[in-house]
Amino acid sequence: MIRILATARTEFRIALRNRWVAISVILMALFSLVLSAAGSAPTGDLGVDRLSVTVASLTSLAVYLVPLVALLMSFDAVAGEVERGTLPLLLTYPVARVEILLGKLLAHLAVLTLAVVTGYALAALAAFRTDPASLAGLPALIRLTWTSVLLGATFLGAGYALSSLARRPSGAAGLAMGLWLGAVVLYDLGLLAAVVADNGGWFTTEAFPFALLANPADAFRLYNLAASQATAAAAGVGGAANTIPLWQSAVSVLLWPLLALALATAAFRKVTP
Amino acid sequence: MTPTLKISELTKSFAGTKALDSVSLTVEPGSRVALLGHNGAGKSTMMKIILGLIPFDSGTVTVCGEAPGSPAARAQVAYLPENAAFHPALTGQEQIAHYLALRGEAPRKALPLLERVGLHDAARRRIGTYSKGMRQRVGLAQALIGMPRLLVLDEPTSGLDPVSRRDFYALLDDLAAEGAAILLSSHALTEVEARTDRILILSGGRMVATGTLADLRRMAALPVSLHVTARNGHATEIAAALPGAIRTGGDLRLSIPQADKLETLARITALGSKVADIDVVPPSLEDIYAHVSRRDGQ
Ligand SMILES: Nc1ncnc2c1ncn2[C@@H]1O[C@H](COP(=O)(O)OP(=O)(O)O)[C@@H](O)[C@H]1O
Ligand SMILES: [Mg+2]
Repeated sequence: MIRILATARTEFRIALRNRWVAISVILMALFSLVLSAAGSAPTGDLGVDRLSVTVASLTSLAVYLVPLVALLMSFDAVAGEVERGTLPLLLTYPVARVEILLGKLLAHLAVLTLAVVTGYALAALAAFRTDPASLAGLPALIRLTWTSVLLGATFLGAGYALSSLARRPSGAAGLAMGLWLGAVVLYDLGLLAAVVADNGGWFTTEAFPFALLANPADAFRLYNLAASQATAAAAGVGGAANTIPLWQSAVSVLLWPLLALALATAAFRKVTP
Repeated sequence: MTPTLKISELTKSFAGTKALDSVSLTVEPGSRVALLGHNGAGKSTMMKIILGLIPFDSGTVTVCGEAPGSPAARAQVAYLPENAAFHPALTGQEQIAHYLALRGEAPRKALPLLERVGLHDAARRRIGTYSKGMRQRVGLAQALIGMPRLLVLDEPTSGLDPVSRRDFYALLDDLAAEGAAILLSSHALTEVEARTDRILILSGGRMVATGTLADLRRMAALPVSLHVTARNGHATEIAAALPGAIRTGGDLRLSIPQADKLETLARITALGSKVADIDVVPPSLEDIYAHVSRRDGQ
């Protein structure tokens, strides 16, 4: 535990000096503010409070931005140590590889949490200013916050795994961007194409819900939209949220970080300095 | 006394080429052992195996009675890699504090450690601004953490100026006196002569010679060189008494087999006051190294 905390403290310090803390906080704050400014049209006739609407649009934003920031922070974690030549010495210390990864995860997750909380808090403040009834949306905002952190943990773990597999920062960066495109953009396009081609057959009724649950980004979106009942404000796969039980998307959101960390540990164990 | 490090018949190949070929050695507590060899001889490979960083093909390696790389072994072994590197964004003090924490020691010991390697003034500066010699000292400082029983130092004095080298060997003497075993590799053959208890010579992955410097000299049976300085005007008489000597002004140089050393010295002393001074120069480690490497076909 001391070793994990020591690693986390050092990694956080490095993130601070590399400006990762500043970059991710500013990025989340900026996008959240732009989003709440863009959606500030009156919503009274929808029967939903302002904050709930904000949460729905923040969810769509987080699905893209949180994995991106997580991958940007993590792709260098192992490959960078290999390139700098710091890994051999580190591995001669009495510290387990999983402890090294947990320390890095703790630090990067702290940075991500800081960014997410700052961004969401700004958006919530904007909502409260225009609509005092926004209190009703607070549970949805809290849910969005902790699921965003878990989504971040999943993609941090995935980033460490890719970093270990690539062993060179340039290769790891390429793999990370590929994963982001694949998991966040292309996956949904592929599903959409399959559903259209299937035309209401077996794929749409049987496989499609599982395909959504199998992708951490989709599970995150499903869980938040279904739980907040704000589906009216969301487009795209939001409609599917009604057919999948809430507990299933919750399980996916909770399990993915553990799975990603297990993958990262397995990949890191294969790295010979 | 059980050896701190015991290696027998160690073999390691990289893609078909043997980096280490049936190497055996033991290092006792409190002894300083120098590993010498040209580039690519297998020194770094052997050290990485001792630390458990890379696997090996056959043979046995025991470190402090444990398997190399096991948590118990890692807790007792310190390492200085060939080109010690650290995160450039951290200060020397932060980096050492981190390593202290990983070994379960108090991070506040960082400053005294940096002081011990002469880095006190730069401790609060980022490592990115350090020179190679300063990074090497950060590496030394981390190797001193927590009384290790075995220190594995890969070319520890590269990048250090002569004064720092002397300080470094003084540090090693203290550590050895406390019972730590030290295995270091070096290219600087002359400096390890006086400062190590035993010398191992690796060549092409094979251990071609091992022993004290005197053992190696005897084994190599290289000629001894004598430098005789004549008193004014007596050089010609001395040259006549020493057939084979090369004369430059009042200086005479003579190369003789080990076995003839005493007899030749007796003849020179017999010349009495005609001789101003005499130096006996034994073969240097460079000579021995060149000899065994040549014999090995390198
Ligand atoms: N990771 C590696 N992959 C392939 N060959 C290697 C690797 N590391 C070392 N070697 C080879 O093993 C031999 C010994 O290298 P090394 O132990 O670094 O020598 P030294 O430290 O004595 O200069 C060299 O021929 C080197 O090319
Ligand atoms: Mg080497």
